[in-house]
Amino acid sequence: MALDQSFVGRSYPPTAPYEVGREKIREFAEAIGDTHPAYTDPEAAGELGHPDVIAPPTFVFAITFKAAGEVVADPKLGLDYSRVVHGDQKFAYTRPVRAGDRLTVTSTIEAVRSMAGNDILDIRGEVRDEAGEHVVTAWTKLVARAADDAADDAAGGAAGKQGE
Amino acid sequence: MTARIAYAEVEAGTELPARSFPVTRDTLVRYAGASGDFNPIHWNERFAREVGLPDVIAHGMFTMAEAARVVTDWTGDPGALVEYGVRFTKPVVVPDDGSGAVIEVSGKVAAKLDDEARTVRVDLTVTSAGQKVLGMSRAVVRLA
Repeated sequence: MALDQSFVGRSYPPTAPYEVGREKIREFAEAIGDTHPAYTDPEAAGELGHPDVIAPPTFVFAITFKAAGEVVADPKLGLDYSRVVHGDQKFAYTRPVRAGDRLTVTSTIEAVRSMAGNDILDIRGEVRDEAGEHVVTAWTKLVARAADDAADDAAGGAAGKQGE
Repeated sequence: MTARIAYAEVEAGTELPARSFPVTRDTLVRYAGASGDFNPIHWNERFAREVGLPDVIAHGMFTMAEAARVVTDWTGDPGALVEYGVRFTKPVVVPDDGSGAVIEVSGKVAAKLDDEARTVRVDLTVTSAGQKVLGMSRAVVRLA
């Protein structure tokens, strides 16, 4: 099903603030097996010039993807979320996310395309701190595969909702 | 930001230390909890097969996180990362056989970008079971 082209360029209001906690960063760093001390030890982070422990680079995805989820769930857009896989992901950082941040995300639909029966959606999430300063921008490409597409080429970042 | 690698000491072609990252079902359950991504294709074999996958697959964002470690371990400061992007090309299949899968990551400096900002582009090669699992895997980092 073709997506509604009029959604290109549409921005959504900023999300409610997400408060970044030291223990959540620790949990994430442990889950990816990364023992870098800047993720868990405020002193080690301080030696690198960071005011508190910092988060691994991809930590922020959980926040931007949740914000993007509110966009793709818009029934007027017409995206079949049960067939969605994660195509591309990119981040551009002004500074690392750190404990104590209260982050808001403003999502914008950058592109809507159909290729070979697949619907492709590009979403940009601008992440800002409480002072309104830019922290990181996340670009997420979601692909809704054609209904008869073989699933064995599904990308590793499959993002379909659970419990289908 | 205090990267421990000096811009002056690297050139196009400089190789980063390669790493291997093991992935088991246990890893995926932990990552699901920490990231909040509970899609059953990452932990439920029956569900994964029902949607046409060969087996449970790793979260793409988990693979992206592991690949980044080659860059952040090299610079010494994860805060030196300026840009990082990947394309998810093939799934990392994680069988429940006691050994799981391995993600192999190598990287090299592709180009020196800006002498003043001391930024370089690193291109990563990320494979599992001999197949490229990430494409266009590139990072820009600010060196000392």
